[in-house]
Amino acid sequence: MDVSINDSVLAVVTVGKEKVAGQAPIFYARDEAEMERIAIYISRITGGIVHDLENGVYIIVKH
Amino acid sequence: MLTTLARISFAIAMGVLARYYMLRVDYRQYPSYPHGYVIHMSLGLIAASLGALAIPALLKRDYMAVTILALAAQQFREVRDMERRSLERVEETELVPRGAAYIEGIARVFEARNYLAMLVGLIVSSVVFLAPFHLMLDLILGGVSGVVSMFILNKGMVGGRVGDIAVVRQAELRFAGSLLMVEDIILTNIGLRESRERYLSNGLAVIIEPKDDNARATLANLGQRQAIAHDAATIMGVRLDVSEPEFVPLARLSTKTGRVAFVILPIEKDIESLLEAIRRVPVLESAKRSPLRTLAGRYAED
Repeated sequence: MDVSINDSVLAVVTVGKEKVAGQAPIFYARDEAEMERIAIYISRITGGIVHDLENGVYIIVKH
Repeated sequence: MLTTLARISFAIAMGVLARYYMLRVDYRQYPSYPHGYVIHMSLGLIAASLGALAIPALLKRDYMAVTILALAAQQFREVRDMERRSLERVEETELVPRGAAYIEGIARVFEARNYLAMLVGLIVSSVVFLAPFHLMLDLILGGVSGVVSMFILNKGMVGGRVGDIAVVRQAELRFAGSLLMVEDIILTNIGLRESRERYLSNGLAVIIEPKDDNARATLANLGQRQAIAHDAATIMGVRLDVSEPEFVPLARLSTKTGRVAFVILPIEKDIESLLEAIRRVPVLESAKRSPLRTLAGRYAED
């Protein structure tokens, strides 16, 4: 039996430091390209899906 | 004595034949394994024997023997349980799961098919024992009645298909920012540009429009939508792996119109065969709703 936490934010990746705070692991990226790359890495590692909040913030959610 | 034996074995053989006829391998690839065949054929043999022996037992005024049929029903409930358990176990290894409703449907069919084999055995043995002719003619009559009942029962067991209750047509998928949309229905948010490009180049979108309020309620059922996703993925293949869950086929409902938008990244990008695959998805017994059969439901119809 494979147990995992679903529908919760696993990580936040952002280029705008002032936009995020709180519980989930937050990764600050230098620019959009780095943000995209970090998001891919985390999503491939955790099996989560990258969602774009369209304000310079990506969240990775496991469904 | 010998003729009695011949009649009984003939009835059993017809029952087993009926079970075999219902056990064809179809696109669901289940039960395509040789061992699955052995299990179901042996159970079919038992079912057919029980059905076939009921009439000769009654003729011998052995009324207690008939109660064994009740015991048989108990046994075949186990079959449903067995099917359900084994399907639930392989579910974890499926990239696009069947869903609990589909599994329940398949398990129920397997239980019911044993009763059908029993029924065919019963019908054939009634004919071969009660027909007043000599052995050969009785057997021929039994054979005819067996084949006819096999076809009738099999026809009666065929349920509806999605194509019967809904119009399935091609649609365009597009992105509004990072939202994956089909017409006015939002399916999900795809964050990565690369993934969006893959959707645009490889994805196919389909709109499933319910024909009436009954169909609308049926398509809203999550189990029915999962069954559509599973069958479409089985037939068309799907560009998907565990590390890329954003490409899981999605079926989302427009709560306004009751239409279902379906998106998949098939291995073969062929819209015609995808439409046909979805039209042929069975309507699950457990998902079937008929609000229009009630007075309140008819009042609510627009």
